[in-house]
Amino acid sequence: MTIELQKLTKRFGSLTAVDTIDLDVGDGEVLCLLGPSGCGKTTTLRMVAGLEAATEGNVMLGGKRVNELAPRERNVAMSFQFYALYPSLSVAENLAYPLYAEKLSGAEIEKRVGQVAKTLQLESVLKRTPSQLAEGEKQRVAVGRSIIRDPQCFLFDEPLSRLDVQLREEMRGEIKEVLQDLSRPTVIVTHDQLEALTMADRIAVMRAGRIEQVDTPHNVFQTPSNLFVAGFIGTPQMNLIPATLTGSSGDGLADFAFEGDQTLKIKVDPAVSQLAPGAKVTLGIRPRNLEISTEPTQDSLSTKIDMVEPMGAETLAHMHDGYHDLRLVTDWRVPLSEGDQMHTRFPPDTTHIFTEDEQVLRSAR
Amino acid sequence: MARKHREIGKAGWGYTAIASVIGLIYFFPVLWIILTAFKTRTDALAVPPKLFFTPTLDNFVSVFYRTSITTGTAQATDMGLYFFNSIFIAFTSVGLALIVGTLAAYAFSRYPLKGNDTYLFIILTTRMMPPIVVIIPIFLMFRLSGLAGSYWGIILLYTAFNIPFSVWLVKSFFDELNPEIEDAARMDGATERRVFFNFCIPQILAGLSATFVFGLILTWNEFLFALLLTGVETRTVPVAMARTLGGEVGVDYGLLAAIVTLFLIPIFFVTFLLQNQLLRGVTFGTVKK
Repeated sequence: MTIELQKLTKRFGSLTAVDTIDLDVGDGEVLCLLGPSGCGKTTTLRMVAGLEAATEGNVMLGGKRVNELAPRERNVAMSFQFYALYPSLSVAENLAYPLYAEKLSGAEIEKRVGQVAKTLQLESVLKRTPSQLAEGEKQRVAVGRSIIRDPQCFLFDEPLSRLDVQLREEMRGEIKEVLQDLSRPTVIVTHDQLEALTMADRIAVMRAGRIEQVDTPHNVFQTPSNLFVAGFIGTPQMNLIPATLTGSSGDGLADFAFEGDQTLKIKVDPAVSQLAPGAKVTLGIRPRNLEISTEPTQDSLSTKIDMVEPMGAETLAHMHDGYHDLRLVTDWRVPLSEGDQMHTRFPPDTTHIFTEDEQVLRSAR
Repeated sequence: MARKHREIGKAGWGYTAIASVIGLIYFFPVLWIILTAFKTRTDALAVPPKLFFTPTLDNFVSVFYRTSITTGTAQATDMGLYFFNSIFIAFTSVGLALIVGTLAAYAFSRYPLKGNDTYLFIILTTRMMPPIVVIIPIFLMFRLSGLAGSYWGIILLYTAFNIPFSVWLVKSFFDELNPEIEDAARMDGATERRVFFNFCIPQILAGLSATFVFGLILTWNEFLFALLLTGVETRTVPVAMARTLGGEVGVDYGLLAAIVTLFLIPIFFVTFLLQNQLLRGVTFGTVKK
């Protein structure tokens, strides 16, 4: 079983919500659609479900085009952001509802409800109505209702967004476990990158109706393919500093000049050396990759600390070089205080360089 | 000193007393008319009004059986028919308006047309003018089409009058629902018909009850159109009541009060039956779940 989206487009009047996207989800694979709100990820999911008609392109389920099929004919299970439990039915009836459409016998329905209730620890609340449930239980009923059938694929719309932090962590693990046993293609929509990074086999990062990058969580984090993905994934956010390439020498070193006349010389990919001197680029480096040096070096900027935020095991320092703000995260044992002057090194193997049109030229390995 | 706060949900005796007095003032006219229905003619006209008297059912009997002054024989009045007419016409037209209005409201809420708001506004404009403005053209149309004096005529008219109100009110109930539940039902194999009947309607039963009762009260009390458009056979109670005013013996207050008391009962009964639903219906959407 697979999900395949071919040049899928959705327009609402003059607004293009989803813009010619191509995407494959394999059997048993969990794909996260990740992006800021309004980027078209939910619309994409609803087109797979059949709740929204595609303007152009194809939705293929198991190799078959399903554009014209109604949701109930697609055999797709979906769980909704606000759980969408049927308010007048009990938990057991909520779980059983998808089975009525399959015309199963009463005994079979009861058996399956029992199984799902056991998997999700809902046995004690089967007789209650949704309004009598806690948030976490509602969430589990919503998940249970989607896994009770044997559909072609699973769709989850912001499954954890309504839970508090502790419960979210717990449910993240539970859902991941359940999904691993199901071996069906699964699409999860989320705006929470931690959710995507932890639950997905692959992540598709979306912006303004387009897919910016599809890759494993590791690769999306380590080798973002453009400026948007680099800035969107990772907390605290990657430092992105505009610079000008002033020259490069034969030994693979390149010079960058920043506003404020500070310069940096780091080892770069051949692709960077091919740019003409004077090219505008953006240097990107994650706060955890910046290094502190007491002596000025050719690959460091001189900076001053504005504010220090202890984060437990680590400390986040907000710094500036007079023109740009920088964030640095380091071990909590490193003594940092407001007003400290220091030199901040850009290690060559963790510095990303983006061209003027926001594409990556060279990534850290 | 910490200030003492009154606990929520616990009104003091003072507040209860004030509320009771206000309630009594509001209910007094109703109480007075009900008491009058049980008084003899002399008691009814006594000055100062009597609060304690020997109750009699004569007035209620004479609603349905009248002794003619000239011949002295008891004669059945048509009041029974008029009560049937009032009930039949009001319930049928409000029920029809609710069915049509609910279907229209669902469409307006879930499948908006281009210019949806304009259509809704046009529907509302029919309620903006006082009905008396159109009464002459409608009267003439009813005369020409033969609808005047028939059940169908007055039922159609009341249905038409109730539809705008039903559409607007019921649409607001549909708008309040979480559309995800309908989508979930679709995903779980429900057809559009099932989505509507099994998932949308049960969620707004309270709202439908409220709409029904509001419409019923309006229609139940309607006088002007009933006066002009009903005939001898289809006359409703308000019209019949007005006709007793100019009787052979002047205004018979006891009789009038008895009719009014009987007239109160059906509405009271319906409201009482639906009271739980009604309370939820009128507060629908005022508090976010």
